[in-house]
Amino acid sequence: MDLAFTKEEQAFREEVRSFFRDNVPPDTRRKLVEGRHLSKDEMVTWWRILNKKGWGVSHWPKQYGGTGWTSVQHYIFNEELQSYPAPQPLAFGVSMVGPVIYTFGNEEQKKQYLPRIANVDDWWCQGFSEPGSGSDLASLKTKAERRGDKWIINGQKTWTTLAQHADMIFCLCRTDPSAKKQMGISFIVFSMKSKGVTVRPIQTIDGGAEVNEVFFDDVEVPIENLIGEENKGWDYAKFLLGNERTGIARVGVSKERLRRIRDLASKVESGGKPIIQDAAFRDKLAACEIELKALELTQLRVVADESKHGKGKPNPASSVLKIKGSEIQQTTTELLMEVIGPFAAPYDVHGDDGSNEAMDWTAQIAPSYFNNRKVSIYGGSNEIQRNIIAKAVLGL
Amino acid sequence: MDFDLNEEQRLLKESIDGLLTDSYDFESRKKYMKEKGGWSKAVWGKLAEQGLLGLPFSEADGGFGGGGVETMIVMEALGKALVLEPYLATVVIGGGFLRHAGSDAQKAAHVPGIVDGSKTLAFAQLEKNSRYDLFDVTTTAKKKGEGWVIDGEKFVVLNGENADTLIVTARTRGERRDKSGIGVFLVPANAKGLTKKSYPTQDGLHAADITFTGVEVGADAALGNPDDSLALIERVVDEARIALCAEAVGLMDESLKTTVEYIKTRKQFGVPIGTFQSLQHRAADMFVATEQARSMSMFATMAGDFEDAKERSNAVAAAKVQIGKSLKFVGQQAIQLHGGIGMTMEAKIGHYFKRLTMIENSFGDTDYHQRRVADGGGLI
Repeated sequence: MDLAFTKEEQAFREEVRSFFRDNVPPDTRRKLVEGRHLSKDEMVTWWRILNKKGWGVSHWPKQYGGTGWTSVQHYIFNEELQSYPAPQPLAFGVSMVGPVIYTFGNEEQKKQYLPRIANVDDWWCQGFSEPGSGSDLASLKTKAERRGDKWIINGQKTWTTLAQHADMIFCLCRTDPSAKKQMGISFIVFSMKSKGVTVRPIQTIDGGAEVNEVFFDDVEVPIENLIGEENKGWDYAKFLLGNERTGIARVGVSKERLRRIRDLASKVESGGKPIIQDAAFRDKLAACEIELKALELTQLRVVADESKHGKGKPNPASSVLKIKGSEIQQTTTELLMEVIGPFAAPYDVHGDDGSNEAMDWTAQIAPSYFNNRKVSIYGGSNEIQRNIIAKAVLGL
Repeated sequence: MDFDLNEEQRLLKESIDGLLTDSYDFESRKKYMKEKGGWSKAVWGKLAEQGLLGLPFSEADGGFGGGGVETMIVMEALGKALVLEPYLATVVIGGGFLRHAGSDAQKAAHVPGIVDGSKTLAFAQLEKNSRYDLFDVTTTAKKKGEGWVIDGEKFVVLNGENADTLIVTARTRGERRDKSGIGVFLVPANAKGLTKKSYPTQDGLHAADITFTGVEVGADAALGNPDDSLALIERVVDEARIALCAEAVGLMDESLKTTVEYIKTRKQFGVPIGTFQSLQHRAADMFVATEQARSMSMFATMAGDFEDAKERSNAVAAAKVQIGKSLKFVGQQAIQLHGGIGMTMEAKIGHYFKRLTMIENSFGDTDYHQRRVADGGGLI
């Protein structure tokens, strides 16, 4: 057992860190620190900088543009990216559909889609959830019927993140209505610009509109847009969801936020002195930091295990990452609420122009607290995660 | 970065797990508890035979040169089997003081007896009002000739009833809560002026309250600097905390395993109660708590070797917090999921719960260590 990173790994961390320092646009970083939404342009600009450096799709196989890094290097890269902070690569393209295409797609599809995913020439969104299919995803109803050389798609998806920016969607569609739930589903990709696709924003409790409803009304899709085999879509969906095990803990994100809390808590006063001097507050902050330390170590155990023994058999500890990671993210936003106190209330009257610098940092704290309730719901709710532990780990 | 055990460590784990599987089932434990002093000389002898009592000592001192990871492996195994024998008091704490501060003569006098199993030790540190502060010492050691005269009272001294030698913290100068002026002394258990009141503890171990009235010891009794040994005490107590974290992980592992087995077999409403989602989620949360505790136990083990004492104690404090929170949850839920049977002395789960509970209140509880981390400027 050994906690230390090797010299090479430490040098790698320095390299990554200095690249971020020199290349992340300062305004993009500031907005992330303040919990603001980024524009499409801001995100794409950064991702193209990353792609130019060769780090846009770092975990892909080398032949498709990946880096060939070790699990530990990926871990370091992610941690530095999250804690700098800089925008993480667009998961829907890079972590979700990309690996499905290079694993199950044909050569034509690989050639057509992969470089465009890497450079975010296409913005991808995810067509999984439906109004009646949340945790019970396999009950989905969106239909794809074969007509000549086309799929005709009808139905509705929901919670489609950033679909307002999207050029492409990967979609789970029912292609065999007579088959058992999981069996008749196919994985089909198509343009969001197709005739019959309608995107309607859903306003969330934080006032933002990062999710959408997407409607399909007789959308015509070329037959060759099926990925892999017909009616095997559920397998690909499971592959996709199981792919990102370690990033999900978002240790770097929580670290960055805890640093911010400490910083703000030494400026905001309570009882005539900075709130950081209040013992009860400090105890809560310490409690959260300790939980995060434990999570970081759990994540390192998983990473070290993968690095040494490959990704074949997931380490049982990996199922801890989503549950604790989301809980800690939520705790950090609660602590920010506590620091800001009565100034949580004003709605975002200052806009994004920094017109009132003195108050600027407070504007997004309550929305961020509201918004972060999502992290224990998405990606398989924490209750679903507990079902998984009970069945897969404890054998209940 | 590597969290795997090496080949030798795997063998060590196999050997102690094997030994305890053979000689430490729950029924045997009940018998050992009834022996004089509350533990088994025969089992202690077996631990000595396998070299486990000499594990952390250097080869020059007659030991096997094991490090923190080796102690972690042993303590986890001892926790898993709910072992009563005084490994913590004798090998981890007593051995720790001798290794870090013992003179050649002191080591020669005490280490061989520890390694061969013929001698055990006890750490007399806690005082009536000291609670968890190691520097809160009123017991005095006054210079007399070349030696010292010790006066004071120590409480809940684990293995105090059986130990051949006591390791006593006492003040050679200064006021009650001064950080300097504290020494550590080796005192024979049969010294004149020393009286003991022995009793079983809640978790089935044995302890004693010990009064020192004009107990005279020689010049060779002081371990380290008799006027300034707080740093030494903190180091050894950190090692004790690290060992307790590992023991707690073993206890939690076994508590979770026992509970999952129970809810798979216990039937109500015609089905195993483990098919109910509310119980499944509780068990899943016990798993999460146990894994987080395991991560911090490993962290603490590695922190034991940190050069910087402040960094070390901060990490150990953080680990003790996580272990304290996890063990409370796992212990309480293990009883809850067992239902009525969990409330009985007859079932083993309650005994795991009791040992876990006592670990939380040993050498600083969760609040105490959380405050230490908070006052130390945090962890991030």
